[in-house]
Amino acid sequence: MNQDLAQQGLRESATFDRATIHAIQRAAETGVYDIRGWGAKRRLPHFDDLLFLGASMSRYPLEGYRERCGTDVVLGDRNATHPLHLDTPVTIAGMSFGALSAQAKEALGRGASEAGTSTTTGDGGMTPEERDQSKQLVYQYLPSRYGMNPDDLRKADAIEVVLGQGAKPGGGGMLLGQKITERVAGMRTLPVGIDQRSACRHPDWTGPDDLEIKIRELREITDWEKPVYVKIGASRTYYDVKLAVQAGADVVVVDGMQGGTAATQEVFIEHVGVPTLAAVPQAVRALQELGVHRRVQLIVSGGIRGGADLAKCMALGADAVAIGTAALIALGDNHPRYDDAYRELGSAAGYFDDYQDGRDPAGITTQDEELAAGLDPVAGGRRLANFIRVMTMEAQTIARACGKSHLTHLEPEDLVALTIEAAAMARVPLAGTDWIPGAGL
Amino acid sequence: MAALTATGVDLRSVSVRELNHALHRATSGTAWRIAHPDGAHNLAVGLDTAVDVVVDGHVGYYCAGMNQHATVTVNGNAGTGVAENMMSGTVRVCGNASQAAGATAHGGLLVVDGDASARCGISLKGADIVVGGNVGHMSAFMAQAGRLVICGDAGDALGDSIYEARIYLRGRVRSLGADCVEKPMRDEHLAELAQLLKSAGRDEDDPADFRRYGSARGLYHFNSGNSSAY
Repeated sequence: MNQDLAQQGLRESATFDRATIHAIQRAAETGVYDIRGWGAKRRLPHFDDLLFLGASMSRYPLEGYRERCGTDVVLGDRNATHPLHLDTPVTIAGMSFGALSAQAKEALGRGASEAGTSTTTGDGGMTPEERDQSKQLVYQYLPSRYGMNPDDLRKADAIEVVLGQGAKPGGGGMLLGQKITERVAGMRTLPVGIDQRSACRHPDWTGPDDLEIKIRELREITDWEKPVYVKIGASRTYYDVKLAVQAGADVVVVDGMQGGTAATQEVFIEHVGVPTLAAVPQAVRALQELGVHRRVQLIVSGGIRGGADLAKCMALGADAVAIGTAALIALGDNHPRYDDAYRELGSAAGYFDDYQDGRDPAGITTQDEELAAGLDPVAGGRRLANFIRVMTMEAQTIARACGKSHLTHLEPEDLVALTIEAAAMARVPLAGTDWIPGAGL
Repeated sequence: MAALTATGVDLRSVSVRELNHALHRATSGTAWRIAHPDGAHNLAVGLDTAVDVVVDGHVGYYCAGMNQHATVTVNGNAGTGVAENMMSGTVRVCGNASQAAGATAHGGLLVVDGDASARCGISLKGADIVVGGNVGHMSAFMAQAGRLVICGDAGDALGDSIYEARIYLRGRVRSLGADCVEKPMRDEHLAELAQLLKSAGRDEDDPADFRRYGSARGLYHFNSGNSSAY
């Protein structure tokens, strides 16, 4: 709180804080709910609420800079003849051309390829720039089916059937008209400049039994060569993961509510879904009960920010993570060098979330050619590759301290929780105790 | 997997996988006849050459899905999602079709001689669909481009949230969906419809008996004043 006001004895309401007051005033003036990008901003139980137990006497650590700690993973080897082999378990989450500029998509492909991992298309189809720069590209099969065609399906290295997104489980997308240029509209078969309301459910199937047939259709079309992922927004995670596996998924992607978005209702972003931390153990339990843990791989996304988050996801049972918002930050999103420009838009570096407006000074969440040209895909890709390498090395450092020679050897036993909430959600003991709230229930 | 060389395939002795594998490698201009489909799913999906495929019997889900260039004829009924996301070519169902016929199809022609069920032409993206009988509710829901011709009646919420697709209907409609309105049949529409009917082998139908429906374009921009439309 402003110090002068505090000295006057004024006290801000915890219920009606300034952000809430502003939201009410904005709604009263416009009559429209707020649509924005980025992802949940409220404080949620997260991976920061977990700590690793480095080795001392009862465990034997590995030398930090001498002994090998593997990071490679294979995704989708259950049914596909051509599974993905990644050097690092950090992948790039699906983000659309349309929401992002062509330069940003190209930079994501370059960065992922340099770091030895995969990137993913988004709601809007596959661009040539993205395909050319991505050594391993996952093609999203989305409810809207914008730009969906069998030629691109066959060009892909894996197919991701998207059922939901962590920022908005159960909701479709909303790409406002100011970002619908001729190219974006052409890829989506819609008029230029209209607000594009993407579908929230697939048009030609209605449940898990149908999904099984749909997955077999995709396999038939691609001659069973490519892994099929199923992506769900974290909500009823345990049941959804079980149904996805039974429908034939080779890889399950669980996206928690800290996941980003290009544009959706604020009320959706902040109030629908469950935290990523809570979703991971549920997903792992579902896989274990089906006897497919590690055979059907688990990718976790939604607010993954660095090597500690990566290591904690791996310890809880994930096979890889996907980064979205963090990847955009690595490219230059919300960088202080754009602070003046952000302030002209009524925001500031570190706060900018108006991805829907298409006026992003960093040239990332825009279709304005002049703004987009400000992002150098080569330099951006290099920054992203650096970031992925740092994440990977950080996770290796932690894994070695826990005595593990591969990131996949990390286990829940390596973790404790700082809070009761985190202990209950992650199913690991509260630090200094053997207590896991709810265990055995 | 043994290569299929014969163009007559009996699905009681050959798997769907073997059939699709062979069709994906078939030479343009070859003719294939499939016996005993027995409602199998995913028949003749992902075809990418100008082959001619005739299926004698009923098919399950997604028959001829994502078709390109091929001509597929089903001498029977078709399950959910026949010709879904078709890009080009022709698919003909000589009986009835289940839900989501021609869903998201970008190009080509789908003909259903009998009735089609709910959500026919949902999210249509440029293909043409001609239905000889009736269609179920929510047909052409969010249809973006292309044409849906209905020679019989339509169920509830026809053309709900339709974009630039066009609907031609000869019979009655139970109700129109949000933002879908009747539009005048001008000469160019009569000519377009005549051509579509001819392509579907329905030369005897008179375009003058049809009415045209499309988007009022009132919901193209988000506005809280439209909230009662949803």
